[in-house]
Amino acid sequence: VLDPQGKVVTQTLKNMGYDNIENVRQGKHFEIELNESDQKRAEKTTEEFCKKLLANTIIENYTINYK
Amino acid sequence: MKSSVIVFPGSNCDRDVAVALEKFQIKNQMVWHDEVDLPKCDLVVLPGGFSYGDYLRTGCIASKSKIINAVLNHAKRGGLILGICNGFQILIETQLLPGVLLRNKKLKFISKNVYLRAINTDNKFCSNYKYKDIIKLPIAHNEGNYFANDNLIKKLEHEDLIAFKYCNNKGEIEKNSNPNGSSNNIAGILNEKKNILGMMPHPERLIDPILSGEDGSFLFTSLIKSQ
Repeated sequence: VLDPQGKVVTQTLKNMGYDNIENVRQGKHFEIELNESDQKRAEKTTEEFCKKLLANTIIENYTINYK
Repeated sequence: MKSSVIVFPGSNCDRDVAVALEKFQIKNQMVWHDEVDLPKCDLVVLPGGFSYGDYLRTGCIASKSKIINAVLNHAKRGGLILGICNGFQILIETQLLPGVLLRNKKLKFISKNVYLRAINTDNKFCSNYKYKDIIKLPIAHNEGNYFANDNLIKKLEHEDLIAFKYCNNKGEIEKNSNPNGSSNNIAGILNEKKNILGMMPHPERLIDPILSGEDGSFLFTSLIKSQ
């Protein structure tokens, strides 16, 4: 899928002299605090967040990291 | 004919479209997004604007509003739904229409008049455009770059679900007259049952010669005729 913003960032980095730049895709980053002590359940809930609201899965992928 | 215009925080074409509907004797009611039920109506309009400040993705937060359930039921019953600009984006986010609207190819907000061809005129929104070769309407958006995978584009073309395409002033559909990078110059699409239309151009803004044109009128007169 075309990512116009990513393309502009790629071109700009190239213009700045970074010849080894291949491709940039721009995305979003969410920091989520959950009131949940069980990691399994927390994983399930955040998965639902991504599917139902945060990501448009037609054009976006998502990964979840837990801390 | 009776209509409901849904108003979200950040809608800004809601009153314009209400004026247009009333000009063509469609009895309209404004409905706040927080309502649960729709008043009895034949047509639901999702107006243009910047619902919820375009947070997260355009139309995304509005698509989770309380009223949307009633809109989905209205769609299921075969009721008419018109989404203009941000309204089209909301229809995409509710998945009443397929595909996505990406940021404009050149990353700029575009506000200007464009030329359009009505591709499918065999529906309740566009029948009167049959007699109009080239349509002039304004666009005003930042995310109107319609994108879908090859299969979906093929399906839209094959099943004649494309309502409008961008063209030049001679009516030719070509690359240079595509303002935002949309696949196949698509400016508006219909669902399979053709009771839902989503379009980026604003018909409600050109309904009177005093506003420098009335090509938008044909959409509203088509709706009345469909009754």
